Amino acid sequence: MAGRLSTIGTRIAQSIPVILGVVVVSFVLTRALPGDPAVYFAGAAADEASIAEVRTALGLDKPLPEQFLIYARDVATGNLGQSLSTGQPVLEDLANRLPASLELTLTALMLSCAVAIPLGVLAATRPGSAVDHLCRVLVTAGVSLPTFFTGVVLIYIFYYLLGIAPSPLGRLDFIYIEPDRITGFYLIDAALAGDWETWVGALKQLVLPAVTLALFTMAPLARMTRAAMLSALSSDYIRTARAAGLTEDKVLFTYAFRNALLPVITTLGMVFSFTLGANVLVEKVFAWPGIGSYAVEALVVSDYAAVQGFVLAMALLFVALNLVIDLTYTLIDPRIGFETK
Amino acid sequence: MSLLSINDLQVSFKTRRGTVNAVRGLSLEIEKGETLGIVGESGSGKSVTSYALMRLLESNGRISGGALSYGGIDLRHAKESVMRDLRGREISMIFQNPRAALNPIRKVGHQIEDVLRRHAKATRSTARAEAIKALEAVKIRDPEARYNAYPFELSGGMCQRIVIALALACDPKLLIADEPTTGLDITTQKAVMDLIADLIAERGMSAMVITHDLGLAAQYCNRIVVMKDGEIVEQGDPKRLFTAPEHPYTRKLVDATPRSGASVRSLLPAEQRTPAPELPVSETPLLEVRDLTKTYQGKSGPVHAVKGISFKVMKGQSVGLVGESGCGKSTTSSILVRLTDPTSGEILFNGEDLAKTPAGTFARDPRRAAIQMVFQDATDSFNPRHTARHSIAEPLKRLTGLKGKALKDRVEELADLVGLPRPLLDRFPHQLSGGQKARVGIARAIAVEPQFLILDEPTAALDVSIQAIVLNLLVDLRAKLGISFLFVSHDLHVVRLLCDHVIVMRDGEILEEGPAAAVMDAPAHAYTRELLAAAPEPPALAETLSSAAE
Repeated sequence: MAGRLSTIGTRIAQSIPVILGVVVVSFVLTRALPGDPAVYFAGAAADEASIAEVRTALGLDKPLPEQFLIYARDVATGNLGQSLSTGQPVLEDLANRLPASLELTLTALMLSCAVAIPLGVLAATRPGSAVDHLCRVLVTAGVSLPTFFTGVVLIYIFYYLLGIAPSPLGRLDFIYIEPDRITGFYLIDAALAGDWETWVGALKQLVLPAVTLALFTMAPLARMTRAAMLSALSSDYIRTARAAGLTEDKVLFTYAFRNALLPVITTLGMVFSFTLGANVLVEKVFAWPGIGSYAVEALVVSDYAAVQGFVLAMALLFVALNLVIDLTYTLIDPRIGFETK
Repeated sequence: MSLLSINDLQVSFKTRRGTVNAVRGLSLEIEKGETLGIVGESGSGKSVTSYALMRLLESNGRISGGALSYGGIDLRHAKESVMRDLRGREISMIFQNPRAALNPIRKVGHQIEDVLRRHAKATRSTARAEAIKALEAVKIRDPEARYNAYPFELSGGMCQRIVIALALACDPKLLIADEPTTGLDITTQKAVMDLIADLIAERGMSAMVITHDLGLAAQYCNRIVVMKDGEIVEQGDPKRLFTAPEHPYTRKLVDATPRSGASVRSLLPAEQRTPAPELPVSETPLLEVRDLTKTYQGKSGPVHAVKGISFKVMKGQSVGLVGESGCGKSTTSSILVRLTDPTSGEILFNGEDLAKTPAGTFARDPRRAAIQMVFQDATDSFNPRHTARHSIAEPLKRLTGLKGKALKDRVEELADLVGLPRPLLDRFPHQLSGGQKARVGIARAIAVEPQFLILDEPTAALDVSIQAIVLNLLVDLRAKLGISFLFVSHDLHVVRLLCDHVIVMRDGEILEEGPAAAVMDAPAHAYTRELLAAAPEPPALAETLSSAAE
């Protein structure tokens, strides 16, 4: 146990230099982008003098190292600057939009896991059967249709043709009142406030984009579950368990599935990372006020502070996510903490 | 009535190349309290027979004919639920490679509890106590602590004890042991086999011991069945099989089993025995190791893998390096082949100190060709995407710069030298048999005309009859090319057959060394005696020895 605790400690300590590196990279990258924000924000009719004025106001006339020091000090105090396009502090923008993205992504992933993992397990226990083929077809279809296309098709069917789904315009229909902000997740906040009407309203809005994303993310999860289960089921310890007469459920779940979980969790982490950053298309289609669309808009207008804030927030999120995955490993696999030395 | 009877069993497997009949009309019986040995080489169908009677065949295999009856139950047609009740409670199995046979992420105590509770031999409240009792039964020290261990925290021998505890937890009447000691050290092998034999006797169980080692089967079984190509070729009393084998295949197996008193030629079938070549050993040392040490930085302080060893290998000599896993023999060979740097010490090769050239740059050293190695696992030491020709040509291209036709000719010459038919040169490793792969491995090692060849258990994974051929090939090559050998092995009989001089290592130190015959016949050190005693001895020989003593 001491071995595991120190592994966890080391793992946490290792993320500190990563975060420092991210601060530097996010600063340098945004400065390397083409385009001059001062020109953009001074407006079309600005002359040399007013551009220079804006530049001074933004602190862009100072030498780069000095700009970096100011930036680093601000980040340390939690000040991510002012977004030039929204006029809001970046931190506030992120605090509003990050939960929206997270809620969408997490719901989609839960949905995806709920379908993909049982499907993968079933396919692995009956290779070559109808379930196996169904798994393959579903997975191939899910991954080969781009999310914006699936999204539009779903809207066409469920909103336009059937009229079941609400209009795909953001997180909550205008007839509902936004729940009091506690976590920023509408479903959780509404539930905490006991406002079930709003909860249902938020859920309705969430279903289509979440399904769109889930369809896309099912493929790697189902494939990995199938492969990991197949290799676990063909291993020697499964043979031992069968030879000892253990029931099929015990063999499948306690013996095979727990061993197969490790690669599945790795894949889950990777899928989560890329979905969070890449769901900008889904956000656009469903007018979802998420962090992806925010970043793209900021990037287009060279909104330094917003882009930096986004990069930093994502990096921190990934570091945290990797940490969580590694820690989950140590819970599942007793060998970790001894072998990673 | 016998406990188990198998009548005309047929097992077939569907493969891409059609149906393969793995077991073809096998009939045998096991009486109560009897230990039956099934001996055969790979592909003989011995393991398949045991899986068939447990109904644990792979999904592409099926019992296509015959009858299996255990205590009156028809095992072939029994429902799967009946089979599940029988497995573990009536018939149990232990396997080779014990570490892989245990769930890597479940405490061993819990794995034993799973079996106990499945067969209602324990309840939730008594499971722990019963599991610890099962661990005590296999003579595990400190069972309370071991209960909480994971397989990776235990040694191979200890894992095999856990597997045995798991198999015997519910007091089965029939135990099937499928190569129970393959991959274990020789003293561990003896300890494990003795334990199994004791438990069988204590509980009055019947057992089926499946092994490729005729000597081992003879020592522990009441009766032996010899299998070849899915059929029984001969069966009977172990002593009789050794002294008067009736079937030519049994004769071949008996001959090929390394034993004390045998010569390397006598392992071959009588008609293939050519006179043994002369093996002159020069008085000049080729290799001189002086005070070699290797210390690794481990988690809990430094690990002294090799603690100051010194020895010489003369020109043309064959030296055996013997010891159990962890004794430092692999580290030593890895240092000598210059893949690892020693911590200190000298490696004088033709008088020059090789230790001065770091292992990282030795590949570019002109002396690289002079020292070569034949690796233990013939399959894993080849690039699976390279043909045999490519594998053999690789060192030639790198070290001698041969090209085009000259290269092709040289590779073919080498194939002839090691007795590999030329058409096989264009096959990939997975298309070659174990013995053919061993030949490719040897051809690759001798391609660059080394003066010194390190052989790391080159025959450990081979069947005995193939081992006999490869050992003879090595002797012939040594005579023809005048190469010096360092033969690393844990099999003392094989070392005796192949080596002039033996070095016994334990815990990174040399305990004893001397001429092979002297060390084997009159070991000075207690550990050497222990190693020799642990090697299974065929009964025929035991008898000859005792009659000679009279």
